[in-house]
Amino acid sequence: MDLLGLLGLDVLLKGTNALRLLGGLWVAVRVSLISVAFSIVGGLLFGIFMTWKNPLAKVISRLYLEVVRIMPQLVLLFIVFFGGTRALGLNIDAELSAIIVFSFWGIGEMGDLVRGALESIPKHQYEAAEALGLNRAQMYRHVVIPLAVRRLIPMSINLVTRMIKTTSLIMMIGVVEVMKVGQQIIEANRMTSPNAVFGIYGIILLLYFVACWPISKLGEHLERKWAA
Amino acid sequence: MDFAAMAEYMPLFIEAFWLTLRIGLVGILGSILIGLVVAMVVHFKVPVLKQIAGAYVELFRNTPLLIQLFFMYFALPRIGVPITAEACGMLGLALLGGAYMAESFRSGLEAVESIQFESALALGMTRGQLMRHVVLPQAVTLSIQSFVANIIFLLKETSVFSAISLMDLMFVAKDLIGLYYKTTECLVLLVIFYLIMILPVSVLGTYVERRLRHGSFGPAGA
Repeated sequence: MDLLGLLGLDVLLKGTNALRLLGGLWVAVRVSLISVAFSIVGGLLFGIFMTWKNPLAKVISRLYLEVVRIMPQLVLLFIVFFGGTRALGLNIDAELSAIIVFSFWGIGEMGDLVRGALESIPKHQYEAAEALGLNRAQMYRHVVIPLAVRRLIPMSINLVTRMIKTTSLIMMIGVVEVMKVGQQIIEANRMTSPNAVFGIYGIILLLYFVACWPISKLGEHLERKWAA
Repeated sequence: MDFAAMAEYMPLFIEAFWLTLRIGLVGILGSILIGLVVAMVVHFKVPVLKQIAGAYVELFRNTPLLIQLFFMYFALPRIGVPITAEACGMLGLALLGGAYMAESFRSGLEAVESIQFESALALGMTRGQLMRHVVLPQAVTLSIQSFVANIIFLLKETSVFSAISLMDLMFVAKDLIGLYYKTTECLVLLVIFYLIMILPVSVLGTYVERRLRHGSFGPAGA
């Protein structure tokens, strides 16, 4: 057996297997991109909502955050995918359920980051801006938003990598993404390439690593650069 | 809601709950051990081991547990390392958690300011006293928040074990839904059992964080 066969990489060269794997990856990437977009927009709004002093707003955001913090994403996926169909009589397909759950989760986490960033700005920044004669719009544009963004961006980058990693769960509700395609390839070549488990799962690990690692590094870099 | 059915499913869920909890606890203990060792190796810059530790942390922090588990569970037996699903779950959780714990311990150690070391030495403390009375209390305080977050994260990650055919809470829920179509009942039980598992940790964590914050020095929240 040659080296490729030994490492179980030979199956990748058979037929359109490599392309199919990349196609599976695209499904996972698509779900995370859409969810990230919803999370950023929704999270900004929810973060501002969380800074409201209204007691009802506080209770609602507290509850929402606790649900996001405590429930595993897979449980939420099951609730939407199996329960949503049952309770609402709607036929929510697996990919849409995944987007709903990841956005729900992302908006909560992102909102908490936005709240933290807004609250972290010391009062004297506002006062100094006023003392300089800036009006409200100028104050936000030149002082508050730049400061908040510097705290927010590194942490939200971290959230993005978590979301990409979590997309691996959607195979459990039947979305044919990269893992599922990998399993199909392994099953189909069980006799001819018994080492395919190494090659395929190894490649998928690598694909996720290649997707997440540069993003994590960028987050760390920005965090260091903007610290203090 | 069919309460009779829920009562009927209860024993299955309880059994799955204990399995999930057992794997979770062993995995978390393992992750604390691995995390401590790796954090020490990185902090004290042990040659060679430092690079290995760095690669380990990056690899496990940037890939999903589900795929790590698949790799270990299906690939290890092919190179002659038979592993049971339960051992694989514990090992996978410990390795994943170890990478996260290492980061939180390391940043705790790093965050202790050098003036603290210098002051302690100036007071005539030995290295052991310095670690015990000055550095570690502060490092623990500084890393407690991410430590608690990691524990909750790891308990949540236990939900993927059903992928390697462990009969955990998710597995039982999915199985029963498929068998009897009592979807709502099963999902309610699933949520209840995860609440029982994670809510106490979350509440206790918030309490401990608040208590320990008094132990930190310098400006609040620094």
